[in-house]
Amino acid sequence: MNDSQPITPTPVAAYSPGTISRVAALRRRLAPTGNTGDAVFRALLGASAVLLLVVVVMLIAVMWWNSRLSIAAFGWGFLTSREWNPGREIYGALPYVYGTLASSLLALLISVPLSLGVAVFLTEQAPRRIARPVTFLVELLAAIPSVVYGLWGIFVLAPFLRENIAPIFSTTLGWSPFFSGSLRGGSLLTGGIILAIMITPIITAIVRDVLSVVPVAQREAALALGATRWETSRVVLANGAAGIAGAIILGLGRAVGETMAVTMVIGNRAEISLSVFDPSYSIAAVLANEFREATTDLHRSSLVELGLILLFVTILINGAARLLVWSVKEK
Amino acid sequence: MTQRYAERKNISETASNSGSIVKALKLMSLRPVRARRPSHGTLRYVAVALAAFMLLGGAACNPNRGSGTGSGAIQLRGAGSTFIAPLMQKWTSEFNKTNPGVRADYQSTGSGAAIQGVQERTIDFGGSDAPMTDEALIKSPDILHIPVVLGAVVISYNLPQMSEPLRFSPDVLADIFLGNITRWDDARIRADNPNVSLPATEIGVVHRSDGSGTTDIFTDYLSKVSPQWKAQVGRGTSVKWATGVGGKGNEGVTGVITQTPNTIGYVEAIYAKQRNLPIALIKNRAGNFVLPSPESVANAAIGALPDTPEDLRVSVTDSNGAEAYPIAGYTYVLAYRNQSDSLKGKALVDFLWWAIHNGIPYSRALEYTPLPDEMVRRAEAKINSISAGGRSLRQ
Repeated sequence: MNDSQPITPTPVAAYSPGTISRVAALRRRLAPTGNTGDAVFRALLGASAVLLLVVVVMLIAVMWWNSRLSIAAFGWGFLTSREWNPGREIYGALPYVYGTLASSLLALLISVPLSLGVAVFLTEQAPRRIARPVTFLVELLAAIPSVVYGLWGIFVLAPFLRENIAPIFSTTLGWSPFFSGSLRGGSLLTGGIILAIMITPIITAIVRDVLSVVPVAQREAALALGATRWETSRVVLANGAAGIAGAIILGLGRAVGETMAVTMVIGNRAEISLSVFDPSYSIAAVLANEFREATTDLHRSSLVELGLILLFVTILINGAARLLVWSVKEK
Repeated sequence: MTQRYAERKNISETASNSGSIVKALKLMSLRPVRARRPSHGTLRYVAVALAAFMLLGGAACNPNRGSGTGSGAIQLRGAGSTFIAPLMQKWTSEFNKTNPGVRADYQSTGSGAAIQGVQERTIDFGGSDAPMTDEALIKSPDILHIPVVLGAVVISYNLPQMSEPLRFSPDVLADIFLGNITRWDDARIRADNPNVSLPATEIGVVHRSDGSGTTDIFTDYLSKVSPQWKAQVGRGTSVKWATGVGGKGNEGVTGVITQTPNTIGYVEAIYAKQRNLPIALIKNRAGNFVLPSPESVANAAIGALPDTPEDLRVSVTDSNGAEAYPIAGYTYVLAYRNQSDSLKGKALVDFLWWAIHNGIPYSRALEYTPLPDEMVRRAEAKINSISAGGRSLRQ
């Protein structure tokens, strides 16, 4: 409360010399300016940061503890087993891990070229009166709740794919394992496309920001050397490479964890199939689906272990992303 | 300095009166900002923000404070089955109107959560579509199953240009969901539907992807009528399906069915009726093809009465009775026989008694099937046995 009062030294007599020096050291560490308010402020900030760390550690610890039944029952085999059968109490994670990664990669495959295209157009080519509303629309897309995307997926996208797009792929590429069979109901393809639509605004918005801070001198230099618009854009993209990699990883992170929209269109079938027309399943989706009504302890425990795996998958992706960004920066 | 202190005191006093948080926030933002050393200003704003946050948080945590029902109301917390949630929410709100001393509520958290919640006494009663397993009851043998209504699961499909409702024998239905019958013009489907021209297309099976009591009732039925189903898939709220795609919730399943021609799936009766989906007739044990209706579902319950054990945990699928619809089940309220709090226990007993008697019109209005008379009597006996400290709570 006495924030404008100068610091008064602590009464010395009450403490031993060791304590005094320790207290003084702590005080110096908390407030290099020698101000009480600053010390409190700094302690608050530090506590916030530590709190975040505690939350993450507790999250992992609690999930680990709650999945001990399933870890004891299946061990590492949980990661490689393809069987998920609540009736027989046999649980394996592989189809879900595959579905999560496959749908996310499919989403990136569609979304990254699209996002880069939109971002380059907005920063390099579009006149201001077009760029502004388009930017606004892109940001609007990011704000749509995922359940709305899911409903749209069921009622518009899935029938459209089934009637208009899938037959084209079937007749031209039906020989390859990726497009074998026929598309009914939900599928990996539908899930991937929904995810792509959901992450495109995120990637676009970040890439646009990254490109807009690339120095104008770079563009002018490229143009002065006689580069075409295409070549200039390549120079700009190369300059923003680290930021673009970061944007893609953020998009991937959203895709991996997305639950509601995916479970509504992916078909929810725990089987590994190369064909994008077959139904698939993701970790987030099975958690949302089965956790509420999981009545046996082992079922519940296996679902928690799936959650733990999802957490580690996310950590791995983020770690890989850091390495990627660093390696790009080095060059 | 003193002036500022007074202001701050003023703010905290204003804010402590419940309901004037907005006023306090306004006051804070209107306060003139004096030129000060930046660190102090920042600190003060952090402190003010923290205080406001705590006040708001505190207000949000106490939704009952200052509400109209008075401070002496007994809280009765229920949670569980999503299937019965619309009815429970109607029941609790109607019950609260006639019993101002009680505030009952119900959250649709799922049957699994209900069983856990009742076991751990985090809720006062649970709603569950599936009775608890023997295994689960070993842990807490004192939990009562009190049936409150019946629900039916119907078979719906999307076959354009089909005006007559389809008919299915139990073995045909099981083989469709096992993937043994894959085409609509299969000889066995035609045998059940001699006067219908079925398309020469593949059958798309649609099932629930989320764990649900609906799936439990349906797989319980298929386990009874098909040995292969029993051996290969079994019964449960989530099972490993042999074929087909999963839709999340009733809305997900109906969404896939309505959007995809040549599909077949199962949904709750209420849902199919409200959406005007085609509903199939199912051949019951007596050999009659029966449509789901309140009467045919009640008949299924009556047919199963002789087999109903003392604890009322009974499956009414594939029931006896000439006009019994074979895919139906009870929804139970789960509660402890020994209540620790006699006031709460009394409120619970009153609520349950009210639900199975005065609650019937609401059940009918929401298209649930009320209990048959004999089951009402057995449920009454269960409610009468609820006690606190050795004394029965029902007078």
